Amino acid sequence: MAGLELLSDQGYRVDGRRAGELRKIQARMGVFAQADGSAYIEQGNTKALAVVYGPHEIRGSRARALPDRALVNCQYSSATFSTGERKRRPHGDRKSCEMGLQLRQTFEAAILTQLHPRSQIDIYVQVLQADGGTYAACVNAATLAVLDAGIPMRDFVCACSAGFVDGTALADLSHVEEAAGGPQLALALLPASGQIALLEMDARLHEDHLERVLEAAAQAARDVHTLLDRVVRQHVREASILLGD
Amino acid sequence: MKETPLSNCERRFLLRAIEEKKRLDGRQTYDYRNIRISFGTDYGCCMVELGKTRVLGQVSCELVSPKLNRATEGILFFNLELSQMAAPAFEPGRQSDLLVKLNRLLERCLRNSKCIDTESLCVVAGEKVWQIRVDLHLLNHDGNIIDAASIAAIVALCHFRRPDVSVQGDEITLYTPEERDPVPLSIHHMPICVSFAFFQQGTYLLVDPNEREERVMDGLLVIAMNKHREICTIQSSGGIMLLKDQVLRCSKIAGVKVAEITELILKALENDQKVRKEGGKFGFAESIANQRITAFKMEKAPIDTSDVEEKAEEIIAEAEPPSEVVSTPVLWTPGTAQIGEGVENSWGDLEDSEKEDDEGGGDEAIILDSIKMDTGVEVSDIGSQDAPIILSDSEEEEMIILEPDKNPKKIRTQTTSAKQEKAPSKKPVKRRKKKRAAN
Repeated sequence: MAGLELLSDQGYRVDGRRAGELRKIQARMGVFAQADGSAYIEQGNTKALAVVYGPHEIRGSRARALPDRALVNCQYSSATFSTGERKRRPHGDRKSCEMGLQLRQTFEAAILTQLHPRSQIDIYVQVLQADGGTYAACVNAATLAVLDAGIPMRDFVCACSAGFVDGTALADLSHVEEAAGGPQLALALLPASGQIALLEMDARLHEDHLERVLEAAAQAARDVHTLLDRVVRQHVREASILLGD
Repeated sequence: MKETPLSNCERRFLLRAIEEKKRLDGRQTYDYRNIRISFGTDYGCCMVELGKTRVLGQVSCELVSPKLNRATEGILFFNLELSQMAAPAFEPGRQSDLLVKLNRLLERCLRNSKCIDTESLCVVAGEKVWQIRVDLHLLNHDGNIIDAASIAAIVALCHFRRPDVSVQGDEITLYTPEERDPVPLSIHHMPICVSFAFFQQGTYLLVDPNEREERVMDGLLVIAMNKHREICTIQSSGGIMLLKDQVLRCSKIAGVKVAEITELILKALENDQKVRKEGGKFGFAESIANQRITAFKMEKAPIDTSDVEEKAEEIIAEAEPPSEVVSTPVLWTPGTAQIGEGVENSWGDLEDSEKEDDEGGGDEAIILDSIKMDTGVEVSDIGSQDAPIILSDSEEEEMIILEPDKNPKKIRTQTTSAKQEKAPSKKPVKRRKKKRAAN
């Protein structure tokens, strides 16, 4: 796609955003009555759903139970209608497996697993529409779902993607910007301490620019945190009104 | 087979050593193990040894029709397999997590970074393109599979030659290696992965962890770079929490390491090229060292002895002068003498006994009958400080124990539940062994 400039001279991106601007985030907690915790998030056009069951007894082999911690089990699934072309993805394919592993790694670090030994926490994430930043949307949705389930966590886990075009770092990439082939960074952050739970980068980026891109992603993740915090407080307020406190 | 769990002692030992900035094989924190690259007879076949970790890489190519949405680009396919000979824990069905992680990392490192020009693999747009397939096999697992695998992949790709092809109108002619020399792939840059292992919640980090260190690490950070200091991939795994400046520091270290490794790779490729051109012998048979069972040969382990002298001098200067050694020997009987400390010598007893019977010298003690007896060994404690202690299972009825005249040496004491009395009598004591009560 020659001629598609990702960053215009005036500093506007393809969808009219500025370099460090996030897409519009809307989220809702407690969307399913059956699950222990659930959440739905929309980041621009990317829509993700997360459901949490747990902590409950270990299903399957008891041998997998860890004597001092809970087991976190994550599964990622992408709907066939989520991308521009309808693509049927077999369930156990490598990309879904990898996403599941990355989500597990992120949440094992954030959830206080020592409080629930010998039990299992399941996190299922489903992507309904993928328009770039799917990993970030999955992590944000899963954070809200874990909070909805009441499982204690060290801190919010907020994620955002970032890229680098023409010497400027872009935050929250959309599908068009991702497909252009430039460097992409996905970062999951615990905002209060600034610790990075997961860092993943693709495509070539010169070492000197790494700091700027990291900083842009971290700032975007902190902005996501402010929004998610607001969503959680709103949800708690509504719930307490219903309970008549 | 399940892998043997690591014992707590070993884990603690490794962690303590890392805290003191020591590694078991003598390396420094940022040191890589020895890398050895050898090539096979065919183009595109290579074996990389990183310390003891061994990866075999093989590249092959095939003409296929291209993907629909990328009609002018060739296809790259990577596959890493953990062979069962690499480690006892690797079984055909069991390795999925690790395998997925490694494969995805390799794919992202080599494919998304566009190290190979895929457009040059196109033969006829929309109809025929080259499919390049890289197969990597892990032959021995001694830690840090990803680094060795990435080196093997890029070396194999650099070494590979594909058959020459010419297109005339609608005709495609594929030349065999005999007709026309095969053509190398066009490689833009060489991305190489560098692994950092973190310990103690990110306080300590090591480059190129070996298998033991991998078992005790908290998490791993992999940075793939090329020699132009461009980062191709970053991946953090395990449960570690990183800080931004840790990541930046690691990327700087990775830059240095990648430059060294790239030099090594280029030299190895050059050597192989030279050997082939000169018509010398090449291939695995030549390059893999002949290891005979009858000959024991160990690689020189790098040990830092620069400060050993100073430390030794310090220790000697601060130490007290050695204590006076008693050098006068004590003669027990003709033929038995004793120098220095030690357990009481009982050789002289039997010979002295007749003399003592007459003289009646020495201290004695009477052991009361209230000695408790163990079911097993009987402990006889004479009680006197100078008497020998005898542990015996013997069924003898009587045992006469006599003390020799002079016993300046101390004796091992044992606690028993027996009461002891010292009788001032000068007669040697006949001590009856209590018959074992109805055993």
